[in-house]
Amino acid sequence: MENENIQNEEMHLDDAARVRVLSPGMMVFKRFIRNKLAIVGIVIIVFMFLFSFVGGLLIPYSQSQVFYTTDSILKDYAGATAIDQYQVYQADGATLPSDIYSKTLIASATGKYVFETRDGSLLGLGNVGDGVYRIFSVEEVNKLLKKNAAYDEAVAADKNFFEDTDGTTYVFQDEGQAFPTVYKATEIGVAAMKSFTPFNKDESLSFEFYRGALVASADGESSFEADGKKYAVDGDVITLDGADVALVSDVNFNAANAGVFISPDYKETAMAAIDAGQDSFTFPDEDGTEVEYRIENKNGQYTFRRFQETRVIDTYAAPSAQHWVGTDANGMDLLARLMYGGRISLLIGFVVIFIEVFIGMIIGGVAGFFGGWVDNLLMRIVDIVYCIPTMPLYLILGSIMDYYQASATTRIYMLCVIMAVIGWVGIARIVRGQILSLREQEFMVAAEATGISTYRRIFKHLIPNVVPQLIVFASMGLGDVILAEATLSFLGLGIKYPAASWGSIINAVNDSYVMSNYVFVWLPAGLFILLTVLAFNFIGDGLRDAFDPKMKR
Amino acid sequence: MKKFIIRRLLISVVLLFFVSMIIYTIMRLMPTSYVETQAMTLSQRPGSKSYQEWVDQLNMQYGLDTGIVQGYFKWASKAIKLDFGDSWYFNQPVLQKFGNVIWYSFALGLAAFVIEVLIAIPAGIIAARKQYSLADYAITVIALIGISLPSFFFATILKYIFSIKLGWVDLYGIVSRMHESMSDTGKVLDMVRHMILPTLTLVVVSIGSLMRYTRANMLEVLNSDYIRTARAKGLSENRVINHHAFRNTLIPIVTLLGGSLPGLFGGAMITETLFQIPGIGYTFYQCVTQGDIPFVMFYMVFMAVLILLGNLIADITYALVDPRVRVN
Repeated sequence: MENENIQNEEMHLDDAARVRVLSPGMMVFKRFIRNKLAIVGIVIIVFMFLFSFVGGLLIPYSQSQVFYTTDSILKDYAGATAIDQYQVYQADGATLPSDIYSKTLIASATGKYVFETRDGSLLGLGNVGDGVYRIFSVEEVNKLLKKNAAYDEAVAADKNFFEDTDGTTYVFQDEGQAFPTVYKATEIGVAAMKSFTPFNKDESLSFEFYRGALVASADGESSFEADGKKYAVDGDVITLDGADVALVSDVNFNAANAGVFISPDYKETAMAAIDAGQDSFTFPDEDGTEVEYRIENKNGQYTFRRFQETRVIDTYAAPSAQHWVGTDANGMDLLARLMYGGRISLLIGFVVIFIEVFIGMIIGGVAGFFGGWVDNLLMRIVDIVYCIPTMPLYLILGSIMDYYQASATTRIYMLCVIMAVIGWVGIARIVRGQILSLREQEFMVAAEATGISTYRRIFKHLIPNVVPQLIVFASMGLGDVILAEATLSFLGLGIKYPAASWGSIINAVNDSYVMSNYVFVWLPAGLFILLTVLAFNFIGDGLRDAFDPKMKR
Repeated sequence: MKKFIIRRLLISVVLLFFVSMIIYTIMRLMPTSYVETQAMTLSQRPGSKSYQEWVDQLNMQYGLDTGIVQGYFKWASKAIKLDFGDSWYFNQPVLQKFGNVIWYSFALGLAAFVIEVLIAIPAGIIAARKQYSLADYAITVIALIGISLPSFFFATILKYIFSIKLGWVDLYGIVSRMHESMSDTGKVLDMVRHMILPTLTLVVVSIGSLMRYTRANMLEVLNSDYIRTARAKGLSENRVINHHAFRNTLIPIVTLLGGSLPGLFGGAMITETLFQIPGIGYTFYQCVTQGDIPFVMFYMVFMAVLILLGNLIADITYALVDPRVRVN
């Protein structure tokens, strides 16, 4: 200072170059920007605005876009059951009675191979051996069996049917007499506890093939003839000219999903694994990649399960390059929701404060300026509103909105109105107090003495003096409003899905599993609320100090 | 003084009348799904009246069949005799339920209040004495963070750290699973242990305003003429602060604290709900979500009474501790 004085000694004391005259507003501004905390607050608020409003435009996702992911889930691929019922293959053109399955089972167990079915027809089973039966429609005939070579041969081979020299087939049933009863038989089917799988899935096998294969396997022959072709039996596989035709197995396979063809190779591999007592096996899929199948055995019923890629909603995905903050319970991008939630939180804050200041200024101003009974009445109204417990009231109104199923947008508007209607009383009191004290000050007396109009007295002299307090109160009140909105949304009574708000994002912690395992869901939103409210308080604090330098001694 | 108190009391009664009327009007807008559910259950009993008859009867029973004004006076005439009806959700008289739960809230509130006062006032005074020092900035920032912290967020962080990560305390509730098998001292200690986190939440969330209030007042006092006089007399700084400044700072603080005493009975709804402390706040929350009109109505009026009482006490203590006020 002294150096300056020496340099400027030629100048007059009130020289404009010497004393920089600052307008009151400029002085407030200078004091404000010297306050470090206030600057921090401004920076945070600017960031929040950019984040919410610009970020919301830049981010490729919307707030309610649901994301999906593919997840490998152990799914049933096929089931296998040991066949414990006769599989009946019907001859071309023949119809079998509906109770053929149970009758076959009874006949094979009792040895009474000729029986009557429910629809009255007489059927006979030809026991080929090894659990294979040929099914005949029979009628009793008188036929001498004595010295019949075919019959003798059948008895010797422990069979109950034979083909006579004229090509007719006969079934005989021993009923305790010297000779068994003979029936003339027409073949209508073949039954065995075996199933066939063609290697070529489009191929359908003929009855003749079934019969030939079953009889051949029962007789232990290595080949049979059907449809004019000569098939070879190689264990469970039936081949034609070296090419695999069908697989015979005593296990029934069925696919878990319709349209899936379970190949004989697969069955063979699966059977081998079951026989070996393994609990898993691998089998190449259509592309040739080895897929692991797990075998689960449940009372002789086998289930083969494999990991299958399934499209699921991407819930609680951890932060990644695609979702920087992860996803929430609905598979929505949390960063996008934080941005859109920030818009709503900030917007509600500003709208509510604007309405509050508007109502508060008018009512407080009228009460303070006119005084008397007007003042008394208005202040009693303020007292009444002040006495209403706010948070419980918000809760009640929230549940009323729940009841009437207000839409997400309606809720936002209603929330603004409700919070403003409850919150204006503080501002009204401040404005009234300020105006009461200003009214008595000399400058107002002077203004009255100069005879200027009431309108100008209010708007040129009173209001500008109230504004600083209002700004301070509003900037701190903004924080409170955002906090109240967040609390309400947290309790599930404020902003609702699909609209987002910071409070409703944290709402997820009500599930303590989410709280302990998915910190990324609730921590950012909480920090954002904290930072924003803190920033508004910093700014309010800085503004107060700037407007009221008396506190700054 | 007597006249002043009586006048304030009368004003409070008038205010309470209007406040309870507003609350009653809002309550009547609340969904009465409770009545409908109840009527549905009752009408399904064998040989019972029809659903509509039950709805009518229950509405009459609960005084919901009249207009709002009539209904209000019906309610008020009972409420004056301290008959607030039966809580629908808890199925017992409202006042009985209130008596069962209020002491949890009071204990929680009192513990938080005492800790708050013990920390905030010295901290505020230190901040004011060394204005613009590091300590002042730290205290200001801490106070502002406390004010800005959403209680549900802070409670969640506390739970995450102390219950989930460290496992020191339980996540919810007021007693642990083994409570019944504990000795009497053990039972009390068990409850205290469960109160730690809620108390901490309440203290941190509400300490800021008291700290800032103390600081602002102390600054004002330190700038007043009598402090300059005391310093000019050559008194030691300690004596100036502890005797001259501190006592004068206490005037507004005592007023504030006196005014917040009734609030200790009000319960901390969010904190209690988050920690499932069975206090009045948590009970109220359950009742709101269940549409239990008698209890909610009672709680709202109770809160309004507490606010009025707080204002009254603040005014009276102010007049008591500061003789200058009594003149006006």
